[in-house]
Amino acid sequence: MSSRRSRSRQSGGSRITDDQIYDLVSKLQQLLPQVRNSHSDKVSAAKVLQETCNYVRSLHREVDDLSERLSELLATADSAQAAIIRSLLMQ
Amino acid sequence: MNKYNPPRMNPSSLRSRFATRFLRSLSKINAKKPTASSSSPTEIFRRYRRIKVAADKSMAYSVRSRRTWSRAMLWKLRTRPCCRRSVKTSTIVRKTRHEKQNKNTTTTTGEDGVVFGVEADELRELVPGGEAMDLYNLLDETAHYIKCLTTQVQVMKKIADFYSP
Repeated sequence: MSSRRSRSRQSGGSRITDDQIYDLVSKLQQLLPQVRNSHSDKVSAAKVLQETCNYVRSLHREVDDLSERLSELLATADSAQAAIIRSLLMQ
Repeated sequence: MNKYNPPRMNPSSLRSRFATRFLRSLSKINAKKPTASSSSPTEIFRRYRRIKVAADKSMAYSVRSRRTWSRAMLWKLRTRPCCRRSVKTSTIVRKTRHEKQNKNTTTTTGEDGVVFGVEADELRELVPGGEAMDLYNLLDETAHYIKCLTTQVQVMKKIADFYSP
């Protein structure tokens, strides 16, 4: 597990190095669908955070839409198909 | 004769843990539906709420307390207004949490004074439990949270595609 050096930050002086923050920011950048493809060196950390917020919001929206879709579909579906789905998902 | 051997999925992966839990909740929700009004808009809305909560719950339980965001989400789910059992304790806990939150709304700075104030606060609102995290943990938790959300979306999409005509 990564060492929790951040817990020692009591008086405001952080022992987290800039490199570690930069590593995390690039790790986040790799997860984003848009920013990944563009020239990765030139993207600022603030932009990465901004894009991350937008991406999380869009994921939330997708979950909402899918839940709505599922609730409409379940109105007509047979509950015994759950086991079949499970086996399909395992493939 | 062609024998199709589907690649075996890792039974302990996040994806299969989430899928199993979510499917179980879906069958429970499905079993509860009243036969007469299962297609009315109110019923559909109620089911949509239940499904959404079930999806978030399944994901949080699949991650358990290994992550700060999942712990925060589990706490949030347990102290929902419709859970009348723990209302009294939750209001007390909520007050102390609120006090803690007020202390953490300063701008976040890194070692060299780079300020991510506004964006970091926005992110804090989106990630469960983000209010109490410092920048390092926030970024770490966000990466894991995004990975889990994408898994959730993929599994739900597959289920929805299966059920649609």
